[in-house]
Amino acid sequence: MKSETLAALREARASGTPAVRCVRLGDGAEALLVGEIVSGDLAVDAVLLAAAASALRSDRGSLAETAAGPVFVEPFNPPLRLIIVGAVHITQGLAPMAQMAGYQVTVVDPRHAFASAERFPGVALSNDWPDEALDALKPDARTAVVTLTHDPKLDDPALDRALRSPAFYIAALGSRKTHAARLQRLAALGHDAAALARIHGPAGLPLGAATPAEIAVSVLAEMTQALRRPKDAQ
Amino acid sequence: MPQDTDQILDTAAAWRAEGKRVALATVVATWGSSPRQVGSQLVVDADGRMEGSVSGGCIEGAVVREAMEVMQGGPPRTLEFGVSNERAWEVGLACGGTVKVFVEAVA
Repeated sequence: MKSETLAALREARASGTPAVRCVRLGDGAEALLVGEIVSGDLAVDAVLLAAAASALRSDRGSLAETAAGPVFVEPFNPPLRLIIVGAVHITQGLAPMAQMAGYQVTVVDPRHAFASAERFPGVALSNDWPDEALDALKPDARTAVVTLTHDPKLDDPALDRALRSPAFYIAALGSRKTHAARLQRLAALGHDAAALARIHGPAGLPLGAATPAEIAVSVLAEMTQALRRPKDAQ
Repeated sequence: MPQDTDQILDTAAAWRAEGKRVALATVVATWGSSPRQVGSQLVVDADGRMEGSVSGGCIEGAVVREAMEVMQGGPPRTLEFGVSNERAWEVGLACGGTVKVFVEAVA
């Protein structure tokens, strides 16, 4: 790896930009793809571009066979993040489960009695109002946002901000009836049908979850599907 | 992507900044059961300092020897380690896995 490649790669990581490095095993020729920008001494053809896109999507490196020999295609995705609005009982299960699955978790709840270190050991907490918290956290395409408070005062501002972000998964807890009312309120804030369709509501895969921990499993499962198989998650 | 990626990259950059020769080893393929996933990395410097891993521990010695040659100007190389089920546990490749490790200089 050339020093300039290393520097560019670290810069991409620091700015939260996805990058892919392609290196030919035979001679060490390499290319770095950061967004649309390609640098390095390895020619990047359609085969490698497709392999790079696939590597970012699956978050796994792989060997691509080219006419000039095998090329290792390695994705450098920004870390996965989960923002949970509502420091409720379900959150006490979802936060540690998501951490085990590799997410950096932040729990947002302006109610200090809910979002306390005693209830959420080892989890980042924010007592800001949800819209301010999301403005500060800046959800990206590797971020999931889940609202669990049942309270429109808290959930709506978070969903409003999430819909203005490229978050890969947006979900809201609540019955179908409350979800319909929620969509009407968000439409009044200027979100069109396509935007509103991004919200998974009620949150979670229909597993028949009965307890807070089981609901957490269903949300984490749906989040995983949205990440790994986005076509199936819609 | 393994979670220690940033630590490896930062370490490689820091050792280069100290003026050390540095090599990077990356798991590029695995077959069967392997303790470290594709993309796992080990960074080595000329003093033998290392950070990260490409296996459960026992192929690191061989990888570091190759890394020393590579950082002295040798060509990049791809090493393959495979072991029988009987020997697997001893050499740190649980369940008889095979790993392919690419070793290159950071220069």
